[in-house]
Amino acid sequence: MTTSFNTRALAALALSAAFTLPAHAAVKVLACEPEWGALTQELGGDLVDVGVATTAMQDPHQVQAKPSLISRARNADMVVCTGAELEIGWLPVLLQQSGNPKLQPGQPGNFAAADFVRKLDVPKQVDRSQGDVHPDGNPHIQTDPRNIALVANALGARLAQVDPAHAAQYKQRLDAFTAKWQADMARWAKQAAPLRGVAVAAHHKAYAYMEDWLGLTEVAVLEPKPGVEPSASHLQEVLETLKTRPAKMVIYSAYQDPKPDEWLSERAHIPAVKLAFTVGGTDGAKDLAGLFDDTVTRLVGALK
Amino acid sequence: MLPTRIAAASPSRPLRLVAALTLALGLQGVALASPASDIAELKKALAAMKSDYDKRIGALETQLHDTQAQLAKAQAANAAPPVAAASAPAPLVAEAPAPAPVAAVDTGAVAPTGEASGGATAFNPQISLILSGTYAHTSQDPGQARITGFALPPGAGIGAGTRGFSLAESELALAANIDPWLAGNINLSITGDDTISAEEAFITTTALPDGLVLKAGRFFSGVGYLNSQHSHTWDFVDNPIAYQAMLGTQYADDGVQLHWLAPTDQYMEFGLEAGRGRGFPGDDSSRNAAGMTAFTFHTGGDIGDSISWRGGLSLLQASASAQTLTEDAYGQLDATALFNGRTRVIVADGVMKWAPNGNATHTYFKLQGEYLQSRRSGTLTEIADGPLALHQVQSGGYVQGVYQFMPMWRVGLRTERLDPGSTNWALAPGLSDNFHPTKNSLMVDFSESEFARIRLQYAQDRTRQGFIDNQWLLQYQTALGAHGAHAY
Repeated sequence: MTTSFNTRALAALALSAAFTLPAHAAVKVLACEPEWGALTQELGGDLVDVGVATTAMQDPHQVQAKPSLISRARNADMVVCTGAELEIGWLPVLLQQSGNPKLQPGQPGNFAAADFVRKLDVPKQVDRSQGDVHPDGNPHIQTDPRNIALVANALGARLAQVDPAHAAQYKQRLDAFTAKWQADMARWAKQAAPLRGVAVAAHHKAYAYMEDWLGLTEVAVLEPKPGVEPSASHLQEVLETLKTRPAKMVIYSAYQDPKPDEWLSERAHIPAVKLAFTVGGTDGAKDLAGLFDDTVTRLVGALK
Repeated sequence: MLPTRIAAASPSRPLRLVAALTLALGLQGVALASPASDIAELKKALAAMKSDYDKRIGALETQLHDTQAQLAKAQAANAAPPVAAASAPAPLVAEAPAPAPVAAVDTGAVAPTGEASGGATAFNPQISLILSGTYAHTSQDPGQARITGFALPPGAGIGAGTRGFSLAESELALAANIDPWLAGNINLSITGDDTISAEEAFITTTALPDGLVLKAGRFFSGVGYLNSQHSHTWDFVDNPIAYQAMLGTQYADDGVQLHWLAPTDQYMEFGLEAGRGRGFPGDDSSRNAAGMTAFTFHTGGDIGDSISWRGGLSLLQASASAQTLTEDAYGQLDATALFNGRTRVIVADGVMKWAPNGNATHTYFKLQGEYLQSRRSGTLTEIADGPLALHQVQSGGYVQGVYQFMPMWRVGLRTERLDPGSTNWALAPGLSDNFHPTKNSLMVDFSESEFARIRLQYAQDRTRQGFIDNQWLLQYQTALGAHGAHAY
């Protein structure tokens, strides 16, 4: 009697495990920004269940630790974020309130992409008189595909560490991604050749890495200081600057208000180019490769 | 500690010798009075110490050099290869370093930028400082502020504060992880009248499983929405009159708090608190049992990309024995009595935030409201009379909206109303039974940056029967130091 009950219970347990395991085995990842969500999806495939905390229409610096994000962090196995203080205004609170030890800084479940690339614009002197400067350097690393490759390497290894049972699959996916990404990068480099040495004005210091990659020269920034909205007087100054150092275009991100850029575009007689900035920012930027396809196409298109 | 510092600052040999000599001389000076054998022993010990330190310094130097070499190597390897020429294919990923070391506990920044750690200062806690000041112009003397129908302990922080220029609360906050399992935090409040108080000082767990967070020390209770928020995050200069009348402006206590976050997609957080009951509606009387217990529940979520919300229901219970309460007695001296018993405060709170596509940089709207109900039951002893039974139900709340209509600029409107309720508190002759304290506030603020804000607020305060107080408040608020992260 007891034995049969036990056997039945065991069978039921095994059955339920068999049914529930595949659904629950996926590593739950909360990505802070769409680009890292997309990258995690590429490297994890079916092995990961990715949620993204922000959209391309939001300024990742200005997000709040809202209830929906707290509950997502509560249930996640891993957070994949930019780091370099980009999420400083909300991520620490989110992690603290999540009550999730796996995500705390220093744990394998806490991944900061910026730790794995060479950072630009690292300030020599950190003082708020310079605006909202990031002591760790410019955090907008995702605008250079070479950084994506570096982060992919680190993230692939990290996924394998968090989910060692599937390490071989992560390695396989990383290799496949890397091979494709190299081919993509070669294509973009070729396509973007005419952009070398081209002068641009930028809305926010969001494209330092892209400019470094493509050899663009940034002659003016519309924000007087990082994170401070362009003022009328500063725009006038930018317009003056462009008279002596003309730019071929003014670039801004999808989430930004295009008015200052349109104002400048009209007066300086240069095109204002909206860039996706991250996955989902424009119709073309459907995935990571699409993000750079779309960006390069828009930049080259603006030269004509 | 000493050798480490010397090695880090200047690994040069002469300096070390000088240091050792100074140390030896200093010790000898002391030793002079001792017998010769002692001196010999001391010298031996010193020599041993010196050789030991030399060895350790040497080892540290080698380590330092190794680390520097490794760093330089890592830097060279990690530096994204230069863009040779656009015609050449972009640098291959194969050149990138092997996956950065991911140790079981990776040491945070595997910093390819080669940031050297700041030695001892690297462990300094995050420090931030809030500086704030106010100018107040009021038509009534703030010293005479009362909330008619609501009995409060003497010194309750009600009204518009100090007239004219005054330094508002300066707040110094320090926070850091204590070890892998705990974090610590202190908020020191320095008020304009030169008193320093620990507004909050607590330790909190970071490694409990299953959505549990335990806090111990002094903290703002999690009841309601505004209660746990520091004054520099408020949207108006002052806190709502319902908080002033029923929670002693903002309820903080010494005790423990346990939070549990349910493992659901819908945000559901439960909290339990136990404390000494050090502030109103408690009275800090001496007892071993908890003078305050609280239960909190909050839930929330998103509606599309543009709207997020949170709502909650909380209950706070505090005991009092021989608590001095004073009530406004119209045109006469305030009536005073002693209260023994228990006060239960129920708080219902809700907040909703809207921003186009969830992007609050340009415009956003925030609607929030709270309803508080205070149930006081026990006995009341008037100075002259004996105790009489007291069962009192009072309530009140506010609704406010804040709208950022363009970057940097916001306007806000708050309307408040209190109900003194049915009362057998028969102390205040001359007051009409159906007087409801009300207050309406209008504010406009300008944030020149994320770290500085200037605010103008006009309020019409009708909290004291027979008086209308027109208040003009001008305030600046700044934050310096570590970039703060704020709760929702």
